[in-house]
Amino acid sequence: MIFATIGTQLPFPRLMAELDRLGAELDEEIVAQVGPDTTPRTALRTHPNLSPEGFDALFRRARIVIAHAGIGSILSAKSYRKPLIVMPRRHVHGEHRNDHQLATARQVETVTGIYVAWETADLAGLLAAPSLTPAQPDPGTTADQLTRRIRDFIDQT
Amino acid sequence: MSRADSPKRILAIASSGGHWQQLMLMRPGFTHHQVTYVTTLPGLAQQFEAAPAHVVLDCNRHEPLQALRCLVWLVVRFLRLRPHVVITTGALPGLLALMLGKMTGARTIWVDSVANAETLSASGQTARRFADLWLSQWPDVARDSGADYAGSIL
Repeated sequence: MIFATIGTQLPFPRLMAELDRLGAELDEEIVAQVGPDTTPRTALRTHPNLSPEGFDALFRRARIVIAHAGIGSILSAKSYRKPLIVMPRRHVHGEHRNDHQLATARQVETVTGIYVAWETADLAGLLAAPSLTPAQPDPGTTADQLTRRIRDFIDQT
Repeated sequence: MSRADSPKRILAIASSGGHWQQLMLMRPGFTHHQVTYVTTLPGLAQQFEAAPAHVVLDCNRHEPLQALRCLVWLVVRFLRLRPHVVITTGALPGLLALMLGKMTGARTIWVDSVANAETLSASGQTARRFADLWLSQWPDVARDSGADYAGSIL
């Protein structure tokens, strides 16, 4: 099963339309959390939003997760150890207020188990890849320093 | 008992999604104190075994009435909890809590979302005036904005 999720706030029709097109040719179920987007899709099982439990169940069951380049999706893929394909929302298409997801995608492009679809045309190849490496739950090398700084600040207050 | 050893009342607040997940990864920094969690989605805190937890109405800059209701809810929560420390990763509900914290004498921590790799979030820029510890998770953003950098959860 392929699970697509794009956050609760904004629709991402460019991604969903391409998944719908690809889904018609794929022999694999695609479940998509589409946010505020009522466009009918034929090859996707869509949910506007999911409860935390529903999200958890779909994430666990997925072979691959496809998401916008949001931090929540990236951290979820790491904690659930799933291969993740992210496609950045683009300001030029009216998909977000700015291009910060482009910056996020550039930053995570080299992270194990995270793959970037810069354009919709990149999705077919990534989905057809024989096996994608799962993302790993380990935090970044500087996470300890960050939490130590917070701890010291609080303890010395 | 030294000041560093006495448990403090911490309010840890973040909107659902990436903001919340980042706050959860920072828990080693504060769970040795008495923490109350606040987020915007029912069931989310339970999934992360974050307790006690409360749900606040989500709000953003474009819905002033909703933001006002969010603020009123937070004032009531503050009166009950009287936190010593407020920590947030955003977004607007977290910023409002930070302001209330500053007004009531709490120590306040803003950790800007790691999503903001090129400039601080709008909330993060406003948070400067209300945060005793004001962090970006990107060295370049910290340098350009004047925020501190201590590391990143990513």
